[in-house]
Amino acid sequence: MTTARPTTRSKALAAAATTLVGALLITSCSTASSGASDASASDGKTNLTVSLFGTFGYEEAGLFDEYEKQNPDVTIQYESTQGENNYWPALQTKLASGNGAADVQGIEVGRIADVVANQGDKWTDLKGTPAGDQVANYPEWKSAAATTEDGKVLALGTDIGPMGLCYRSDLLGQAGLPTDPAQLAARLGSWDDYLALGREFKAKAPAGTAWMDSAGGFYNAIVSTEEEIYYDSSGELVWDSNPAVKKAFDTAATAAAENLTAKLEQFEDPAWDKGFGGGAFATIACPAWMVGYIKGKAGDAGAGKWNLTSLPGGAGGNWGGSYLGIPKSSKNTEEAAKLVKWLTDPEQQAKVFGVGGNFPSNTGAFDLVSGATDEYFQGAPIGKVFSAAAEAAPTQILGEEDAVVKSSLVQSLLSVETNGVSPADAWQAASKDLANQIG
Amino acid sequence: MSTPSTTAPPAPAGPRATPGPRPSLRSRLFRLEGVTAPYAYVAPFFLLFLAFGLFPLVYTMWISFHRYELGSDPEWTGWDNYTWLFTNPKFYNALLKTITIGILSTVPQLLLALGLAHLLNYRMRARNVFRVSMIMPYATSVAASTLVFAQIFGRDGGLANWLLSLVGLDGLDWRNGDLSAQIAIAVIVTWRWTGYNALIYLAGMQSISTDLYEAAALDGANRWQQFVHVTLPGLRPTILFTVVVSTIGATQLFGEPLLFGGVDGGALNQYQTLGLFMYQQGWAFGALGRAATIAWVTFLLIVVLVLLNTALARWRDRDTEGARR
Repeated sequence: MTTARPTTRSKALAAAATTLVGALLITSCSTASSGASDASASDGKTNLTVSLFGTFGYEEAGLFDEYEKQNPDVTIQYESTQGENNYWPALQTKLASGNGAADVQGIEVGRIADVVANQGDKWTDLKGTPAGDQVANYPEWKSAAATTEDGKVLALGTDIGPMGLCYRSDLLGQAGLPTDPAQLAARLGSWDDYLALGREFKAKAPAGTAWMDSAGGFYNAIVSTEEEIYYDSSGELVWDSNPAVKKAFDTAATAAAENLTAKLEQFEDPAWDKGFGGGAFATIACPAWMVGYIKGKAGDAGAGKWNLTSLPGGAGGNWGGSYLGIPKSSKNTEEAAKLVKWLTDPEQQAKVFGVGGNFPSNTGAFDLVSGATDEYFQGAPIGKVFSAAAEAAPTQILGEEDAVVKSSLVQSLLSVETNGVSPADAWQAASKDLANQIG
Repeated sequence: MSTPSTTAPPAPAGPRATPGPRPSLRSRLFRLEGVTAPYAYVAPFFLLFLAFGLFPLVYTMWISFHRYELGSDPEWTGWDNYTWLFTNPKFYNALLKTITIGILSTVPQLLLALGLAHLLNYRMRARNVFRVSMIMPYATSVAASTLVFAQIFGRDGGLANWLLSLVGLDGLDWRNGDLSAQIAIAVIVTWRWTGYNALIYLAGMQSISTDLYEAAALDGANRWQQFVHVTLPGLRPTILFTVVVSTIGATQLFGEPLLFGGVDGGALNQYQTLGLFMYQQGWAFGALGRAATIAWVTFLLIVVLVLLNTALARWRDRDTEGARR
């Protein structure tokens, strides 16, 4: 008995060691195979890998299956990372090592300026590929943002984020405000009108309900209607001298200081998600993709309560939207380009809009979706509202450090809302912070 | 002149001097194995350490002397990143928050663990059930526990505010307050690690001879006196170990504040720890050189803290020993 023990134990140890080594081998193999974009399968089929973040809607709309059916010699391997802030750094390390990136990769609009400025040698110029035909089919600003100075097109647009105003008609009704989209739009000639209406709402609103969700979100909605935001057309950082930025900041800070906001940080505060269904706020600036987000977060509790109208004054704007690119490391550039071309065709973009609310960036698809309505939003003509906003949207100038500037200003506005910092101090704090970070 | 030497005592003349028969190849191999085997046995760890411990450490230092944006090539800048760091108020803020959250979580955590271990050390029914349940919070993932606590500390309808309302206090905006957010994070950390430390203390307590307790009981010491005069002195090395480990953990605190409120660590960075600050620079802003600099400074900070801990403990030990003599 006693002599038997060590042997069983060493057997167990050996078994454990074998499993460990096996596991290491398996993982190294699997990374090797997933990293191999040249995986032209032995049966003559081309294996295309597609790596995206969040919800692009292709899988949800069944587009990959459809493409495989139309092209029997192509198989598609698709994966998606939930958070873009995890997806992007991982993609960067793969690009830097020239290994492991998929044939088709998604690029968020906030990153496109960085890609165009610094990564021209890491992405395929789509102009010479089958996807190149698509460039002319975008709003001019959408393709311009993905074009380098020497004319290379590094990515093709998937969706854009034209904005409307989503509102809880039940809460507006309780406060005695108009609930009909047209009547509401008539009261909203400008952002100042929006603030004035908020004061009216606050006076009569049910307890625990604010006019809007957050000052940061409000600020972002205002600047997203501008052409020049943090950079000027020559690529200079002008955020602190641009009157549009200061005015948007002050307007949002006013809302914060007057307690017109629910003080819920967008995407970070778990209570923000709950607020859509729980009625913590009555209005929120709504890029097209937010429609899908609201449905997901508010669920059945919000069905038939939300509605949609245009931004104050019928302003157009853009918040968000993505691109598809093909890394240089891809061994299937031609096939990948065909897939990208097909995915960005009007028909496919319209299908994606029908599933997830991602608004097409292909102008040919505007007509296809302009008749769309949404039952969840009381049958609102979402296609019409967002098409009009997309057409009115200016050509935004994007810059490499947009995300850093925006995050700092939004954070400062949060401090006005939640920590009682004065708007002037908050602006100062953001200036100091940004001087340290990018100055 | 005989210099005191511990090595090489003079070989006794006689039997050694006469050359014996040459050792066979087999026995020489056997001896060789005896000499080299230990190195072979420890080699796997040290090889892995070289690859995954030392190399990243040195590489991080190399990066910290570069301007290295995510997605572009490194560019040598010398001490620029360090100058940037040491003149940046955000760094001192992060350092301060790391220390305050560290104290807020480590001190109650270790005191609670000590008390729990003392109670678990008594003979009682279902003792093992209690002991095993101690480790449950530690086995829970950071993500799961933080998400639950984020709900508990929610501003609208969170459990913590409901409890406050029971005693007639106004609810707090835990997430956005300064001290309140730090306390909330400290509670999560404490909840996760108290059981773990309690089990370590329990193990330490069980190595204390029961004779000591019996003798103390005969002398009329009650349980509190036994705890103070028998348990605590017996546990000193264990306590030092947990203090060191908790200090390292507190300095690297990252997951809890990140999941609690994102990389900024609050509107006023009120809970941006060094770990979060590093992550923000590296992955949110793509400044890998700066992130590497923060990583290195944090590493040095931990080394200093551990040395300080050990020195303090040694100094105390010597002090008490001196007092005993």
